[in-house]
Amino acid sequence: MSPYFVPATNGPKAPDADGFLQRWLILEPINKPNRSNTVFTDTYVRKTLTTEYFPDQMTAVPKSGDKVTVGDQQLTWHSVDATNFDAKLFNFAYGLNKQTYGVIFWAVTIVNSPRERKDVRLAVGSNGASMWWLNGSDVVDLFNDRRMVMDDVVSRPLTLNKGKNVLRGAVINGPGLSDFCLRFIDENGNPVKDITTSLQ
Amino acid sequence: MKFLIRVASLLSLLSVSLPHSAIALNGDPYIHDPSTVAYDNGKYYVFGTGGGGLISDDGGWTWHSGAVRPGGGVAPDIIKIGGRYYVTYATGGGGMSGGHASNVHVMWSKTLDPKSPDFAFHDDTIVARTNGIEDADAIDPSFLYVDGHLWISYGTYFGSICVLELDPKTGKALPISKPVDVAIDMEATDLIYKEGWYYLLGTHGTCCDGANSTYNIRVGRAKKVTGPYVDNMGVPLLKGGGKLVVGASGRYMGPGHFGRLILGDDVEKFSCHYEADLDRSGRSVLDIRPLLWKDGWPVGGDNFQGGTFEIQSQRSGGALELGVDFVRMAGNRGFGGGPGGGPRPAAGNGAAGAAPGAPAAGGPGAGGSFGGGRNAPGPVAPVPNQQLSQVESAWPPGNIELRLDDYMVRPNQEWTITPVANVGGYLGQPFFKITIAGTERALATTPDGQVVAVPAYTGAPEQLWQIDQLIDGTYRIQPKVMSDPNGPVVLSAIGASTPALVKFEPKSDRSRWNFRTP
Repeated sequence: MSPYFVPATNGPKAPDADGFLQRWLILEPINKPNRSNTVFTDTYVRKTLTTEYFPDQMTAVPKSGDKVTVGDQQLTWHSVDATNFDAKLFNFAYGLNKQTYGVIFWAVTIVNSPRERKDVRLAVGSNGASMWWLNGSDVVDLFNDRRMVMDDVVSRPLTLNKGKNVLRGAVINGPGLSDFCLRFIDENGNPVKDITTSLQ
Repeated sequence: MKFLIRVASLLSLLSVSLPHSAIALNGDPYIHDPSTVAYDNGKYYVFGTGGGGLISDDGGWTWHSGAVRPGGGVAPDIIKIGGRYYVTYATGGGGMSGGHASNVHVMWSKTLDPKSPDFAFHDDTIVARTNGIEDADAIDPSFLYVDGHLWISYGTYFGSICVLELDPKTGKALPISKPVDVAIDMEATDLIYKEGWYYLLGTHGTCCDGANSTYNIRVGRAKKVTGPYVDNMGVPLLKGGGKLVVGASGRYMGPGHFGRLILGDDVEKFSCHYEADLDRSGRSVLDIRPLLWKDGWPVGGDNFQGGTFEIQSQRSGGALELGVDFVRMAGNRGFGGGPGGGPRPAAGNGAAGAAPGAPAAGGPGAGGSFGGGRNAPGPVAPVPNQQLSQVESAWPPGNIELRLDDYMVRPNQEWTITPVANVGGYLGQPFFKITIAGTERALATTPDGQVVAVPAYTGAPEQLWQIDQLIDGTYRIQPKVMSDPNGPVVLSAIGASTPALVKFEPKSDRSRWNFRTP
């Protein structure tokens, strides 16, 4: 996993200089074999990433080391800090000796805001398709075979609550370098930096 | 006159006009992952994946297999430095067999002509490699030579694109040179340089999926060859940025593997493949198209397809026309007119009266009226444009001189430009005939170097024209037959109203033309 990830510490972490969120809880990949990336239509991705693979998938905030059972897989949550602007899921899996192709990754973080902020947007890039939920609502979807481009798909204006906000995402891929990058931007397209991420 | 026209029509069948669907390269331009197109002693060469490649000996219009490249592997490139053609290609990698361990090779030959006694590739050396685990895959290599420095870019979607410096005297890696990461999300990269900027072009999207390949060519730029490259929005190429240069259109899917051709000042083209040409069973083919430059960014142009146009001078805005009498048409009452009727002398308001013998458009309100007043206009109705049949009989039967004048949407100013088959071409395009719309009167050169309209198109070489789009989007119009050691001779507005054939002046609007929809 190194040098792309280091273990996360407890406590808050500021985004990087460009506002990218780097502190994550990431689940070891769920097996979802696909030999090609041409299947990731809107319909397929919506259905596949809203399927429940493990209990409380859409509500729980896991802790590092927690395990879930998906089919015949026993998968562990890891708390990590990405050392770059992006979370290189391929290297996360490779470093843990897990399968790298034909996968679904789940990622969770807590976004802490010192005040209520309206009119921020979530800007995401991912390889491959992905879906993202803020405080339980689906806010950004990236469909089709795609590579990660910064600020690729941007949400409608959102509200960050004062205090804690739960940000959850799922990335699905066939063969490819699974990856995502994510930040909040304001109404002028500038990164929101007076927030932090944490594990709880 | 009618007999001559019948004979001319018969003769014109001998050089057949191509249909007005998309003009694709002639011959058998089948290739995948083409190199930059290289010129050697009268012929053009391009290599592709797997070895071999294409040759054109008619200036770049017709292509057939026959180029020879040893080594196999993928996605070669060619560059000429001094007396050597350096060729690079990659073996291994690409993820196709699951692996990303790959080697970039460089070798050289004095010539690309496989029939030449000097044809032999030397010093095949691995200049870059990836071990299959590191975040790069050393395929799709491409050269750039600027200010005495030779660079190579390579890489694919697995990890980063890298740039490495080579020794231009040998093609080998410089001892102190290390690869520098410059982009992600790209493959089939190509480095180019223009006016202080380095540009990294490469593909985004999927290759190798026929008509469903989403391949498209994008670009970022930097002041140093090692970056940082950013696109037009300032998004770094290391964060997935890239401004679109060319994507799918018409019958062509998945453009990729950009190569630049600089043909002289202000004339540039690019080569690429399409993953699928839908007119050719969805096979992968070569194409060569104009390269435009807008606000410091390269933009993929489209090959000129022909059609019916005003040919407008960029110098003065004047329209190319047959030098014949201006014929007035109905619709000459700008204001103050009465109801209906044909043309009649103006009532002292300075407006010109009708020319003798000019046919009247007739009909109520056909004069048009301005305002109401005491003489209320009739109902409003369209006035037809002047028709060819109303004026052609008065045109002289032989050659007609040309001039530039205010465009008035008249028949002597409308030109039909048609691609011609079986007469060869030039890089990316066939030759065209240029005729007055609805007639066979054709633009032609004379033995003493003038430009005229001859009464009937015969397919003779002096009636064939090369049309190149310039980097600013205007066009250069060049006769097939005339050449000058000092440079191309082209149609130019040497006076505000006078066209002639003189040496091309790249920076002057005299040499530039627009094709405008009539």
